[in-house]
Amino acid sequence: MGKTFAEKILAVKSGQDEVSVGQIVDVSPDATLSHDNTAAISKIFESIGVEKIWDPAKPVIVLDHCVPAATEKYASNHKTIREFVARQGIGNFHDINAGVCHQVLAEQGHALPGRLILGSDSHTTSYGALGAFAAGIGRSEMAVIFATGTLWLRVPETLKLQLEGPLPDGVEPKDVVLRLVGELGADGALYRAVEYTGSVVEEMSVGGRMTLCNMAAEMGAKIGYVAPDKKTARWLEKRKRADYEVVISDEDAEFEQVLRFDMEGLAPQVAKPHTVDNVCGVDEVAGTKIQQALVGTCTNGRLEDLESAARILSGKKVHRDVRLLVFPASMEVYREALDTGVIGRLVDAGAVIMNPGCGPCLGAHEGALAPGEVCLSTANRNFKGRMGCREAEVYLASPLTVAASAVQGEITDPREFL
Amino acid sequence: MVLRGRVWKYGDDVNTDVIFPGKYTYTITDPKEMAAHALEDLDPDFAGSVKAGDLVVAGRNFGCGSSREQAATCLKEAGVGAVIAESFSRIYFRNAINQGMPAIQFKDASQYIESGEEITVDLGKGEITCKAGTFNFPPLSEFMMGILEDGGLVPHTKKVLRKSST
Repeated sequence: MGKTFAEKILAVKSGQDEVSVGQIVDVSPDATLSHDNTAAISKIFESIGVEKIWDPAKPVIVLDHCVPAATEKYASNHKTIREFVARQGIGNFHDINAGVCHQVLAEQGHALPGRLILGSDSHTTSYGALGAFAAGIGRSEMAVIFATGTLWLRVPETLKLQLEGPLPDGVEPKDVVLRLVGELGADGALYRAVEYTGSVVEEMSVGGRMTLCNMAAEMGAKIGYVAPDKKTARWLEKRKRADYEVVISDEDAEFEQVLRFDMEGLAPQVAKPHTVDNVCGVDEVAGTKIQQALVGTCTNGRLEDLESAARILSGKKVHRDVRLLVFPASMEVYREALDTGVIGRLVDAGAVIMNPGCGPCLGAHEGALAPGEVCLSTANRNFKGRMGCREAEVYLASPLTVAASAVQGEITDPREFL
Repeated sequence: MVLRGRVWKYGDDVNTDVIFPGKYTYTITDPKEMAAHALEDLDPDFAGSVKAGDLVVAGRNFGCGSSREQAATCLKEAGVGAVIAESFSRIYFRNAINQGMPAIQFKDASQYIESGEEITVDLGKGEITCKAGTFNFPPLSEFMMGILEDGGLVPHTKKVLRKSST
């Protein structure tokens, strides 16, 4: 019997010949990710009583959750992190001028096929798009890795999702993953490795695959994963920090379940308040008035997402009752969007271009909502209070749908504009 | 380890944003202050009325969403003895155990346990006793019980490091 990607990689990283589902293994990550929570992690680390971290070359630290600092407290938090980084000699530190941690870590070539990456952020699953085993953990766990270099993981079952297309025009990777979260539910992939396959995934860009793997977290998955191919190799060519070895599931591996989804007739999807799995076709909520629209975040802040928004917004104006905020996911994305004229087209339409970072996704700053307001966002979460206000509503959709809705002042099917 | 306490009962998919709102994640660092905001966006009465040893009971996928550990810390600091749910989001489960707060998976939690009742939980035996009767749940592994007995992952790691250095 063959082995799944998850079984193979956890065997290698725990130094065993083979491991099986359900087994608890001690692993040592190839890289770790932490962000503004590194201040809290550093304090826990220091309480353990180990002076130096296990390997200063392994952690990647990116400030992104509240950048630049909104208040004295956030500023002090960032200062604590900079001091920790200096004290420990951590090389892979990205200050407030980098972007969202998941985009930055990938662009900087740390997320490689066959690598094990643990991050103190639930959307660490994103790097599976590049063939890595990448899972979210808690702060104390990161502090323990800093101290010892190891952490326990349970070998997960694998759920294979076979997505067949082609996707219709106006339907994006975000619509695909919203459909999956809606179908499977917020716990539909609980504890499992989710492996995306099929013609839709093969045709999809690396950026689109990152959207799929990012939101595997919204089905409760431990990791999202796409088997690396030529597109992956091309994307990594100039970015990779090291050579890598591709690890994929054996054809005769034991998958817990294989589910096939036909995406050919898929319509743009929307997640309604206040859970991500509360998903419907755009027509069901079309006409819902919005006051804020957001394009960005680790889910949909890449160049292709900004291009989607510009495709709709070129030569049009954002509705007078709507504030459209655009957050490029990284400085690299920002630079490219400037060079290709995308930013100019968005500005001409009346969008506010913000600095790369998480923005108001978690309600910390840069565009919080007021009671009674409705936001349509390309982010990955719409929980009550998520954008800073318990009496506001957040809907989630693709960049195309968000842009079309920003023009109309209400939730709109983007296919009307194409 | 035997726990006895009053039940606060909630539904499915209780997410970490309603357990501990994202807007506080970098502004509140004192665990006592975290406790004052526990479950703020789900049950505003909870933080003011919860007593030491009380138990939180919920449906499926408790703690889904963000990896923020404060969602476990705030309940522990509020005095919650354990969370009993039909299932947990994986990061929440880890965070709870790592904070030294038992996370108990009991598939019929919503069906048999009532809000406000006093129940007894025997962690070693894997047994819950409530008005509806006595029920079994899969006991936590020895490895996780070891972390809980040491008071969480950090004290557990300190103990392991002390042992390996002597």
